[in-house]
Amino acid sequence: MPGEFIDIRVDAKVAKNATLARKLAEICPVSIFISPDEGSGDGIAIDESNLDECVLCDLCLQAAPKGKIKIVKLYE
Amino acid sequence: MSILLTKKTRFIIQGITGREAINLTRENLDYGAKIVGGVTPGRAGRDVYGVPVYDCVRDAVAANGGMIEGSIVSVPPKFTQDAMIEALENGIKLIVVVTENVPRKQVAEAVELAELRGARIIGPNCLGIISPGECKMGGVGGPAANTRQAYTKGNIGVMSRSGGMTTEIASTLTAAGLGQSTCVSIGGDAIVGTTYAELMPFFEADPKTHAIAIYSEPGGRMEAELAEWVLENDSRLPIVAFMAGRFMDEMKGMRFGHAGTIVEGKEDTTAEKIKRMEAAGISVAERIEEIPDLIRTRLARRKR
Amino acid sequence: MRFYEYEAKALFQKHGLPLGQSKLIDNSSGAPNQARAAFKSLDCGPVVLKSQVLSGGRMKAGAVQFADTADEAGEAAKAILPIEVNGQKCRSILVEEKTPIEQEYFVAITWDGRAKRPVCVFSDMGGIDIEEVAEKNPEHVSKTHFSSILPLTPRIAKEAVGATGVSGSDLNKLAPIVFKLMQIFLKYDLTLAEINPLAKLKDGRFLVLDGHIDMEAEARGNHKALLDELGIGDEETRQGRPPTEFELAGARVNAADHRGVAGNVVEFDGNLGLVIGAGGGSLTLFDAIRDHGGEPANYCEIGGNPSMSKAKELTKLILSKPGVEKIAVMMNVVSNTRVDIVARGVIKGCLEAGKDPAETIAIFRIPGAWEEEGFKILEKYGVDYCDRTVSMYDAAGRAVAKMQS
Repeated sequence: MPGEFIDIRVDAKVAKNATLARKLAEICPVSIFISPDEGSGDGIAIDESNLDECVLCDLCLQAAPKGKIKIVKLYE
Repeated sequence: MSILLTKKTRFIIQGITGREAINLTRENLDYGAKIVGGVTPGRAGRDVYGVPVYDCVRDAVAANGGMIEGSIVSVPPKFTQDAMIEALENGIKLIVVVTENVPRKQVAEAVELAELRGARIIGPNCLGIISPGECKMGGVGGPAANTRQAYTKGNIGVMSRSGGMTTEIASTLTAAGLGQSTCVSIGGDAIVGTTYAELMPFFEADPKTHAIAIYSEPGGRMEAELAEWVLENDSRLPIVAFMAGRFMDEMKGMRFGHAGTIVEGKEDTTAEKIKRMEAAGISVAERIEEIPDLIRTRLARRKR
Repeated sequence: MRFYEYEAKALFQKHGLPLGQSKLIDNSSGAPNQARAAFKSLDCGPVVLKSQVLSGGRMKAGAVQFADTADEAGEAAKAILPIEVNGQKCRSILVEEKTPIEQEYFVAITWDGRAKRPVCVFSDMGGIDIEEVAEKNPEHVSKTHFSSILPLTPRIAKEAVGATGVSGSDLNKLAPIVFKLMQIFLKYDLTLAEINPLAKLKDGRFLVLDGHIDMEAEARGNHKALLDELGIGDEETRQGRPPTEFELAGARVNAADHRGVAGNVVEFDGNLGLVIGAGGGSLTLFDAIRDHGGEPANYCEIGGNPSMSKAKELTKLILSKPGVEKIAVMMNVVSNTRVDIVARGVIKGCLEAGKDPAETIAIFRIPGAWEEEGFKILEKYGVDYCDRTVSMYDAAGRAVAKMQS
């Protein structure tokens, strides 16, 4: 489920990348990404309740291979 | 010209990996600030928007050959006093503290140490300093694009106990074609590192500053101190003050606004402050939008 | 955060300051009986009964009375119970021995925001309004600053007392009391530690007759042990009046999320809900609303870049208040608080409260950081907004006008 304002889409090619998943969990300032170490599987997992907290810092876009993560502004 | 900081001021950010500090880093870098390092214990070796992170201020200073003039402290209240002292004891002379809710004893202790070390603290609970077109240090103005929109280079100095109102006033001045020399958000707490009266000598000595606008609110004696300074020093600078919180005069003992804004006695009501400032020749605006015209009137009177 | 007199005295006792004998009785209908019993068990002759309120002006209001017998004490308690002092109800009554006084002194320690140091104000003309003494007899009031970082030693108290001309054994008895008060002031993050009067008795002893203690609200967390000891719970804000349910709920919204501030939620009885900020902006906007004839339902201060959920929860709380149909969302030009995040929060708050944001938000006037993004969101939901070209004063006027149409 997307948020009211924000959705984050992860390309299937990186969805199972545990290293990237850990990195994303570490850098996201509003905890949208859940680390695989917190027991939610082996890939990139998203805490949907936090999507609308996204501050558009783009740190996740920079951490992932170009274009593999997309932030969608649902109000546009 | 500007006061307190220039294009060349090299500074660090303590607590650089925090949510607010990450923002600050990007915004200040985008505005052209020379941020040469950041500090978060245990995070040495990383970077935030290309700024290297160190475990402690000592390491940041060492990595820069001792050439660090300033620091922004953006750490939780519990660690703020330690961060201020760490900066002071490592020779940093200008410290901007943005953290809110630091008990005043901890602030007073750090400020006293700063006096001993010949250093200056701005804040806490402030948004920092900006000399439009030169440099900014702190969250004042927000992202660089927004900052350029609100702040323009010019001849009015701005001082404000309210961080938000610093930008509101600057933005109003800018819209009226009056640029700013330097704007300082001094912080809203009962004890702050630098008061209005203590900034006056800097503005007085800056030939590019022609007038001053201040934000004022109930609580404390800072406006009274400014009024006394103006009279004692026969200041060349016309000052216009906006007074907020007039409703509080009817509500003694209630706490509104900043930590320093509780009305405790008759001297710190808005009515009393207005009286004191007007007696010192400071013009008091009822609304922010009146500030530009009042400044123009005062400047015109001065030239005649 | 102000202490009641009996709490201040408990703190003084803990630190060995000299106090008269006393008993605390409650504010129930049994108080007169308790007062009679207290008189007898104190067994010290005449007593004074003092209403425990967080306000000055007790004597004037009749909430301080004297009694020479147990029955008089009962009558006094009965008389004191219903008296409100500046809107403050009697919390309990302190029954204390009445002592023959030779002279009254005043001592207070507070912070001087100009010197940025603690200052000790001492006078040998205590008991009355110190500001009046300072005006008429300035030589009887000393102001002595001291360092908050250098070792605090007794000489500073000696200087403070001696500066008013006090000497001899009085100086040697007063200085230790003043010194202890200085230590207490620093130890507990106080913003005011006052003894007035500090009395010299006919028999040469010195006693603390009344005390006023204020602890810095921000430092409460550092003094939990003391507050527990005194029975002061977190729910006691100790403002000018006790907090309402709505205000307590506001404090919970703020405490639930450390990101940013949704603070100082104060309830008023109007119909226009306010989501305003920050510290200075709120003061400015509240003045403006009232100036336009608006009736605020609340005061608050959002700022410090609150999270979406914090803005959302605050919105929901304000909309839950009976009679509130619309909210005005206004701030000064923001720097660190983000327009888009607040816009998301207030819109989501309206939606979760089952209301249409376009109908419910009378005006949204937050220009500044991330405003392009914020304005896009507001447009999508049809919310009336304005940018910085509309002053705070005029934006408040627009909100008030909508309430009246």
